[in-house]
Amino acid sequence: MLDVFIHWLGATPVSQLIQKVFWIIPTVQAVHILAISVVLASMAMFDLRLLGLAGMRSSIASLSRRFMPWLWGALIVLAASGSILIVGEPKRSLGNLSFLLKMCMLATAIIVTLGFQSVLKRDLKGGSADLAPAHAMLAKITGLLSITLWVGIAVAGRLIAYTG
Amino acid sequence: MFDRFLQWLESTPPAIAISESSWLFPGIESVHVLAIALVVGSITMVDLRLLDVNLRERPVGELIAEVLPWTWISFAVAVCSGALLFSSNATHYWGTVPFRAKMLLLTLAGINMLAYHATIHRSVDLWGRRPPTPRAAKISGGLSLGLWIGVVTLGRWIGFV
Repeated sequence: MLDVFIHWLGATPVSQLIQKVFWIIPTVQAVHILAISVVLASMAMFDLRLLGLAGMRSSIASLSRRFMPWLWGALIVLAASGSILIVGEPKRSLGNLSFLLKMCMLATAIIVTLGFQSVLKRDLKGGSADLAPAHAMLAKITGLLSITLWVGIAVAGRLIAYTG
Repeated sequence: MFDRFLQWLESTPPAIAISESSWLFPGIESVHVLAIALVVGSITMVDLRLLDVNLRERPVGELIAEVLPWTWISFAVAVCSGALLFSSNATHYWGTVPFRAKMLLLTLAGINMLAYHATIHRSVDLWGRRPPTPRAAKISGGLSLGLWIGVVTLGRWIGFV
């Protein structure tokens, strides 16, 4: 089933074009890495703050307002550039263990982020100046989970080139 | 002379271990990509502030003092992991255009940063508290952003030649 889809996708004119023009894949990969650097740096800053290791002068709410738009913006760029890479080389990614692992971690990271943001939003709505003190432990768990997942996503992404 | 050095580099035990192992190169490469992502991501924050694009409410001096230690730590990791990757196939990498161009842009980015710190940054307390940033700071930030995008692009290109 997957093989049929991979074969069909690889035969489409768009895929053929990406395969033929030698500079498309390296260029799109470069864009992909640049967007990953935006995600990793933003999330490192935010997660280190959640863990209480850096940026303690700023509130969690203000850092959230500062970094979340960059996360979602970069994720859109990543989805677009990643899609081009998949269409160009469907066999390399789809069905690749590292790729599947990467997508699972990505889905988890997004759920963790959305979950934490909704808790934060509720606390702020409830009149709290920042994340409620009752959620301090949740912030630490989220920070650790999030940074681990994003690092794992980047590593699994690079390993797609090496696994089958 | 330099060819001899590259050959010697390839014959060192770590270089041989990396080129013979099936997982050392991908492993070190992953570390390299992570480190570069943190270097470029953190520098981009500062560059965009110098360009008056984001973090406008943050004093420039304060932002740089807060971000730069993370940049340097990541840069050190990127240099070490990059040197290991290079050593595994030094003669080949040295002969490629993207590698040489990447090193050139890296040097220019370093010079740009030194020039910034030696000149405009000295008076950061005067201009950095609130926007707009002076033109010299914008030029420096724009140059840095362009050079680092070039470094990443060329770096990825090394794997394709």
